[in-house]
Amino acid sequence: MHILYLIFVDPFVQMVHAPDLLMQTLWDGLVGGVLYALIALGFVLIFKASGVFNFAQGIMVVFAALTLVGLHEHGVPAFVALGLTILVMLVLAFGVERLMLRPLVNQSEIILFMATFGLTYFLIGFGQLVFGGNPKVMIADDLYLPSGAIEWKGHFGFVSLQKIDIAAVVIASIMVAVLAVFFQRTRIGRALRAVADSHQAALSVGISLEQIWVIVWFAAGVVALTTGIMWGARSEVSFSLQIIALKALPVLILGGFTSIPGAIVGGLIIGIGEKLGEFYWGPLLGGGIENWLAYVIALGFLIFRPQGLFGEKIIERI
Amino acid sequence: MRLKLLVLGLALVTAVPAAVTAAQAADGIYIPLMSYRTGPYSGAGIAIFNGMHDYLNLLNARDGGIGGVRLIVEECETGYDTKKGVECYDATKGKNPVVSTPYSTGITLQLIPKASVDKIPVLSMAYGLSASADGNDFPWVFNPPATYWDGASAFVRHVADVEGGFDKLKGKTIGLVHLDAPYGKEPIPLLEALAKDYGFTLKLYPIPGAQMQNQTSLWLDIRRDRPDWIFMQGWGAMNPTALKEAIKVNFPMDHFIGNWWAGGEDDVRPAGPEAKGYSALGFSGVGRDYPAIQDILKYVVDKGNTQTPKEKVGEVLYNRGVMNAVLIAEAIRGAQHLTGKKQVTGEDVRRGLETLNITEARWKELGLPAFAAPIHLSCADHNGHNGIYLARWDGTKWTKASGWIEPIKDKVLPLIDSAANSYVSANAGWPKRSEACDKSS
Repeated sequence: MHILYLIFVDPFVQMVHAPDLLMQTLWDGLVGGVLYALIALGFVLIFKASGVFNFAQGIMVVFAALTLVGLHEHGVPAFVALGLTILVMLVLAFGVERLMLRPLVNQSEIILFMATFGLTYFLIGFGQLVFGGNPKVMIADDLYLPSGAIEWKGHFGFVSLQKIDIAAVVIASIMVAVLAVFFQRTRIGRALRAVADSHQAALSVGISLEQIWVIVWFAAGVVALTTGIMWGARSEVSFSLQIIALKALPVLILGGFTSIPGAIVGGLIIGIGEKLGEFYWGPLLGGGIENWLAYVIALGFLIFRPQGLFGEKIIERI
Repeated sequence: MRLKLLVLGLALVTAVPAAVTAAQAADGIYIPLMSYRTGPYSGAGIAIFNGMHDYLNLLNARDGGIGGVRLIVEECETGYDTKKGVECYDATKGKNPVVSTPYSTGITLQLIPKASVDKIPVLSMAYGLSASADGNDFPWVFNPPATYWDGASAFVRHVADVEGGFDKLKGKTIGLVHLDAPYGKEPIPLLEALAKDYGFTLKLYPIPGAQMQNQTSLWLDIRRDRPDWIFMQGWGAMNPTALKEAIKVNFPMDHFIGNWWAGGEDDVRPAGPEAKGYSALGFSGVGRDYPAIQDILKYVVDKGNTQTPKEKVGEVLYNRGVMNAVLIAEAIRGAQHLTGKKQVTGEDVRRGLETLNITEARWKELGLPAFAAPIHLSCADHNGHNGIYLARWDGTKWTKASGWIEPIKDKVLPLIDSAANSYVSANAGWPKRSEACDKSS
């Protein structure tokens, strides 16, 4: 009986008695969710254009952040380093298209997927060779990212909003909106959607597959850089940051692999859901549950929508 | 034909370095280092293995090795992954290593049963299985200068000192923020026992490896539970993230104490000046004001025979690596002295470790005056349970904030006995100690 109380009643009693903690949990969930959405977006862009699940997205986050900080350590001013890092991500996109994707045209999806494993190990090795394995501090101040917190104190308790988190939400939202408009409203965006529907049909109307691949890998690289800056500012810039990218998996399962709105909504559901779950129900299971809770939430949705919330329903002749 | 040549070439590329190392090992003392310069924990690993490698290189460059025999140091990359660690052990054990240093509690747990079979002692300096301090049940395993249980008990003693006595611990809440891995869980039995004895409440806050840089929920839990003190058994990126989150929830830094693997410069730097007041346990000296460290700069770093950036020499984890290498070197010297042989084996070095006696005077002779507490091991005690000090971050550097804090030995030692007995009972056929005890121990 007591256990039923702890599961079904006590969390809601806590929410009423300590509304500040509920608000704080929701805010932290929102911030986490937006950042998960950002990571998931990197996966979605590449999957839409080439049907490849890019295993290297995590290491691209690390590589981009390391390039930025590494250049700054060598005396390059912060915003010049930012520009140069974007350029490096463009070169990477060209390299991936020329050296990895082009020779593998017409190969099955699993071959392309395995190729992204190879890219991961290449970037790990290359990154360590160039920048070393020591953790680095993100140059948040030099990029004029805000620090400190806004605290609301009152009879309800206190809620603390970190300025860097507010900046993360704003920047991520702008980035998502820009990408959504770019891919929905521009000629390149329409070309991308055509490629996503059918490579052969797109080729037959004169769309350059190579150009589209470079664009989406570059866009994914810029998303990786933004993710790296935001997560790096919350912790440190090191190779352990690539593990964060795994958080995008439940988001993608939930939102669908091909949907930009799916990545956003999926990210928010996972972010808020796992924080509420960990905070109010986690102690019943000894804590540390949010790691797998995200997958449980995603699986819950899959029971009702196997293609994900916004994924395309695939009908195949057999 | 091409394929045959390719296969032959590959075979040569693989076999020749192995054969060269094996041949060299016959003319020197082979010391494999299970390092992790890659992966999520590389930030800490690089500093430690730089320190170890540089000190052993110093002995070769300055003294011509130990007792006139050169040291052959070879690193095997584990990435802090237990499977890879065991592969490294298997790959190097054929080259007659005199000691194995797993540098991961997970790998150590896997190697403990192998040590007596392969006759290679395991030296897990202040990490690994706390119960392996019992030399009667674990004659092949050594974990000086202190176990994780000693560390956790020193933390509790410090809390009692600040609060005004052990009786004042009653009713307090102490949180353990720990990596959800064998290393992180190691202090739990001791803290549970102390909680029972002193009447404080122990709250556990596990952080899975994948959540190291995503700890927001856990710190909300802490904000709700309001523990009076927090002890952190963290590693790698978990530490700076925890500090940043603690600052976010306004947890008082002077009540937040890390163990000795949560007290490096890279653990606190990302948190900035707000981390001022955070403390961590320590057992080895910091800085370059030691003749031996100056010799490393002169004979190794300035000659370019290192991977260490000069500015990193003397940092906390670098010096920790130096200390680990000193223990290895002293055990080899002891083995040479005991056996009269210059080219010693793993069996000899086990005896050297069991008779390890680094007095204050010996630390000075080694060029490391007051670098660490004196270490004296014996057949029964493979740890020493030495004093630990508290280092405090002043915003820019670590400063010594206490004298030697004694572990609560009357609580730790019985627990070690009982845990060692439990380990032996749980592992049917665990060999009874048959190794003779040397006179000097």
